[in-house]
Amino acid sequence: MKLSLGPLLYYWSREDTLAFYEAAANWPVDIVYLGETVCSRRHLLRLPDWLELADRLAAAGKEVVLSSLPLIESESDLKALRKLVGNGRHLVEANDFGAVRLCAKAGVAFVAGPTLNVYNPETLAMLAGMGAIRWVPPVEMTHAMLKAMPIPTGMATELFSYGRLPLAYSARCFTARRYNLQKDDCQFKCLEHPEGLTLYTREEQPFLAMNGIQTQSARIYTLAHRVRELADAGVEVLRLSPQYRNMAAVVDHYRAALAGAAADPAGLRKYMYADPCDGYWLGKAGADFLPDKAV
Amino acid sequence: MSPKPLLDLICPAGSLPALKAAVDHGADGVYLGLKDNTNARNFAGLNFDEKALAEGIRYAQGKKKKVLMALNTYPQPATLPRWHQAVDKAATLGVDAVILADPGLMAYARKTHPDLRLHLSVQGSATNYEAIEFYRDRFGIQRAVLPRVLSLAQVENVIDNTSVEIELFGFGGLCVMVEGRCLLSSYACGDSPNTFGACSPGHAVRWQQTPKGMETRLNGILIDRYADDEKAGYPTLCKGRFEVEGETYYALEEPTSLNSLEMLPEMHRLGVAAIKIEGRQRSPAYVAQVTQVWRAAIDAVKQAPDAFAAKAAWTAQLVKVSEGSMHTLGAYYRPWK
Repeated sequence: MKLSLGPLLYYWSREDTLAFYEAAANWPVDIVYLGETVCSRRHLLRLPDWLELADRLAAAGKEVVLSSLPLIESESDLKALRKLVGNGRHLVEANDFGAVRLCAKAGVAFVAGPTLNVYNPETLAMLAGMGAIRWVPPVEMTHAMLKAMPIPTGMATELFSYGRLPLAYSARCFTARRYNLQKDDCQFKCLEHPEGLTLYTREEQPFLAMNGIQTQSARIYTLAHRVRELADAGVEVLRLSPQYRNMAAVVDHYRAALAGAAADPAGLRKYMYADPCDGYWLGKAGADFLPDKAV
Repeated sequence: MSPKPLLDLICPAGSLPALKAAVDHGADGVYLGLKDNTNARNFAGLNFDEKALAEGIRYAQGKKKKVLMALNTYPQPATLPRWHQAVDKAATLGVDAVILADPGLMAYARKTHPDLRLHLSVQGSATNYEAIEFYRDRFGIQRAVLPRVLSLAQVENVIDNTSVEIELFGFGGLCVMVEGRCLLSSYACGDSPNTFGACSPGHAVRWQQTPKGMETRLNGILIDRYADDEKAGYPTLCKGRFEVEGETYYALEEPTSLNSLEMLPEMHRLGVAAIKIEGRQRSPAYVAQVTQVWRAAIDAVKQAPDAFAAKAAWTAQLVKVSEGSMHTLGAYYRPWK
C-alpha cells in the first residue's frame, strides 16, 4: 500500500506552504497532490509556483498530481482549469465533471477525485474508459460499499484516510461571514485559520470546521488502526490530508502501521489537534469513533 | 422540434393531491419521486407508488402538463437493480423525463430507453458549462438544473455556452451548500442525500423542552435552542445556531427561503428554460398557493418583461408559506456570498 499527501485544503502563508513541501520531499510518502482545491481567490501560490514545486517533488522521487477545484463557477475558473489540464508534465486530479471532460478531450490520464461522487461500478467503469487510472471515493465511503465494488483493471483505489473531512462546498464563504465580510472583500481571513475555524454546538461540542467555502468535520478522520480492513477492501493508496503541525509524525505513524505496527490510536492522538473519528468506514455517522469495533 | 421552452413553471408533487394542486393552479410540469431512496426527498408519507404514479401521469398529461420523475440519488453496488427498475418503470409508464444525477445511471437509461428524455439533477453538482457538456456529449441530456450557487451573471455565461436547457430554482427551501456535494447530514447521523435520499432525516430528529428552552437535536447533536418567544424550526443542520470564537449565530445560514420573484425579468432575458419550485415535503395547500403566485408572475413577465414588478400581494402570499418567514435572493445576488 502507498501513502499520498492530499491537496492542501487550507490557506497558509507562502513561506509556510513552501516550507511544508520542502519538508515533505523527505517524508516517506509516495504521491503528493498539489494545487488549490477550495477557493479561486487564494493566490499566494499560482499555477507556475505549483508547477515549480511539482518539478522539485518529482525530482525527489514523488509522483506528483495537480488537483483541480471542485467548485468551478466562472469563466476565469475554467481558464485556470484548462491551463491545469494542459500542463504537459504532471497528472491531474479531476474534481468536477468539467475537468473530466477536458482531460478526456486532451487524451490525458487522470485521477478521479472524491467530489465526483462515484458510488457504483457503472460510473467507475465509465471513468476508467475515459482515462482515469486511480479514483478517490467520496469521503463517506463505507467498507461494505467499497468491498462490493468491482474495480476495473488498471484502476487503483485511494481513500481519504487522515484529516478533517471535507464535507461540503458552498458559494458562500463562511470564514468571511464570520467577520461580516463579503466574499469579494474577504481580506483573506483564511490565512488566520491554518487548521480551519472550529464551529461548536451551544453545548460547546466541537462539530464542524469552517475553511472558506468548504465545511469540514471538526474531528479528524483516522484509519491508521484499520490498515488490514483497508487492504481487504482493495485500497491501494491512503490519502493523508495536510495539517499545519506534526504532519511528519502523522506520516511516520501511518508508515509504521503499513509496516505492521500494532494499532495505536492513542499514540496518534498526540499529534492531532482534535479528537478522532472513523464512523464513515463502519457505515455509521461520520463523527463516531469506534476504534475497537471491526467492520 | 418544438420551440425551446422559456420560464416553464415546474412544481413539486410529494403526493397525488399535491400533483393535482400544481396542475390545477397553473404548473407547466410537476416533478415527483418513488416511495424509496431512489430520490432526494425520501421522507415517510411522501412520494408515489406505482398506482399513484400512473394516476398522476394520466391526470397531468391529460391536461397537457409534463411529469418529470426524480431518480437523483446515487445507486450503490448492492442496490443498483432498484435504480434500474425505477428507470424502467418511468419509461414504461410514460413520464416526460427522468431527472438523474449519477452518470452510471444515465448510461443505463440511454442504452435501455434511448427515447427517454434525460434531465441532469441539481444533485449532479454541475455549476459550469464544461460539466454540463460532459453530460450532453455522453448521454444527450436535454436539460440541467443548476445548483443554487451561481450569480445570474454566471448563469448567463452557462446559457451562452451550451445548447442544454437550463432550469433554475425560483422559490422554496434553500440549500446553502452545493447540492450533491454536501455530506454534513451523514457526518452527523449516517444518512446523506447522496445515498439515503434525505438531509437531517426525521428518524434522527429529537425535540426536547428543557429549562433552557426548546432544544432541537440531530442524532444527539444540539442544532439549536429556542427561547420561549422564538418559533422552533426543523433542525436542518446547516440552519442551526452555533458558536464560533465565542459568538453564537447562524454560522452557515439563517432559516430562510429562496425567493427570486423579482429576478424574473432577468431570467426571461437570459432564456432560462424553466423555474423550479422547491417543496415536495410540503402540503397540497402550499403547492396550490405558490403555483398560483408564480403562474401569475411568469405570465406577467412574458407579457411585458420591461414593465414587470413583483406585486406586494404576491410577495405577501409567498412570505406566509416560507420557512422562517424570511426571504433571500441567495447566490443570484452576489453579496449573499
